[in-house]
Amino acid sequence: MRHDHLITSKQLSRGDIETVLDYAAEIDADPSTVADRHAGTLLGLLFFEPSTRTKMSFETAMKRLGGDVVDMGSVESSSVTKGETLADTVRVIEGYTDALVLRHPKQGAATMASEFVDVPLVNAGDGAGHHPTQTMLDLYTIRENAGLDDLTIGIMGDLKYGRTVHSLAYALTNFDTRQHFISPESLQLPREVVYDLHQRQDGTGIKEHDSLEDVLPSLDVLYVTRIQRERFPDENEYQKVAGEYQIDAATLEAASDDLTVMHPLPRVDEIAPEIDETDHAAYFEQAHNGVPVRMALLDLLLSDDRGLGGGSDE
Amino acid sequence: MSDDHDHHDGDDDHELRVSKIRDGTVIDHVHGGQALNVLAILGIDGSNGEEVSVGMNVPSDRLARKDIVKVEGRELSQDEVDVLSLIAPDATINIVRDYDVVEKHRVERPDVVEGVLSCPNAGCITTGDEPVTSRFSVLEDGVRCSYCETIVRDEIADLIDT
Repeated sequence: MRHDHLITSKQLSRGDIETVLDYAAEIDADPSTVADRHAGTLLGLLFFEPSTRTKMSFETAMKRLGGDVVDMGSVESSSVTKGETLADTVRVIEGYTDALVLRHPKQGAATMASEFVDVPLVNAGDGAGHHPTQTMLDLYTIRENAGLDDLTIGIMGDLKYGRTVHSLAYALTNFDTRQHFISPESLQLPREVVYDLHQRQDGTGIKEHDSLEDVLPSLDVLYVTRIQRERFPDENEYQKVAGEYQIDAATLEAASDDLTVMHPLPRVDEIAPEIDETDHAAYFEQAHNGVPVRMALLDLLLSDDRGLGGGSDE
Repeated sequence: MSDDHDHHDGDDDHELRVSKIRDGTVIDHVHGGQALNVLAILGIDGSNGEEVSVGMNVPSDRLARKDIVKVEGRELSQDEVDVLSLIAPDATINIVRDYDVVEKHRVERPDVVEGVLSCPNAGCITTGDEPVTSRFSVLEDGVRCSYCETIVRDEIADLIDT
């Protein structure tokens, strides 16, 4: 089934994901083949929250496809400060552009916005909800480094509020994976997400832990996310907890030589800089992959003859 | 069917408390204490002049204590009453015409309820000023917001949008 919007990784089947990743690999190998595919196409960027990588990589992707972007700019400088609803904003910007990319602090924002527009809408993050394009570049990076089947992955850090984590975990249930979730108790996966993961993968491949130690030797991939200060009532509590979920060269002595370390970035001190130069580090490559993957996604969403998807919809 | 709607359960004494209706709907076997939530979920607050009788904590063979709601002059459709299954899963609906029960059925769990509940997640897009009607899918043991995906299993009555 064809998808006109990309709201959540849950909507994508294994076939959909492989279509995007294969196409991203083609583009990565030779971007010139799609250089003019979308000349004259305008992408509207509506970021109601700060973003560097996601916004710039969408902009880069659209321009490398021959198109251009119009950017709402910061919320402070937009009519949102006058009290305009999101439903009105997307209906207005839809009239200027051929597709929309939306990031918004409220969960469900992209789902709601998609009900008001006819042009393709891409969710670039909705509160603690979903971030499906990040997931696609994460999957691309995992496939390049470790393969997506017979994969043991550890996902560590803020699993409660981390939308990249939720989206990635859903998508991985399409593959033969064992997912280990490592976090302090207060930042465990939301029960909703656990419920969905069990529905999707009968729960056998899903395990939760409060320490990395036990699972580290078995991992092919360790996906680290940032634990944010504001999630904790006081600085002491934050320091105590965050310190247990940071990794450095000494931590990785217990890991497989082939372990791939990923991070959606920005990082603060979850991954010591000394790991950057090791073969484990894949997080900068991961950020780079945002461009070919988003080029593939935009091309599939914007092309009448291709469309995104071919697998089942939910 | 023509059985007297006040005598189907052997609860003879509650007709002393709640009068019979001539035409309308009797919602029976509501769990004790939920009658006002039943009215709230149906959007019946008396402001349109409906004649409404409510019995609360009436002795019942089946539920020990039950509530009963009678709405005169209005026949509630299956779609209207199915949403009651969320807070009154054992409710029976009696459609009364000229003092006789002409239809009697149970409430069935709908797949989706729209505009009845409000999402408890303060971070959900539906809790702001957006022109959007709340929508929840109905799970076996709760409801789930179609926008932010929050699942509510307990105290669903607290979500009733009044």
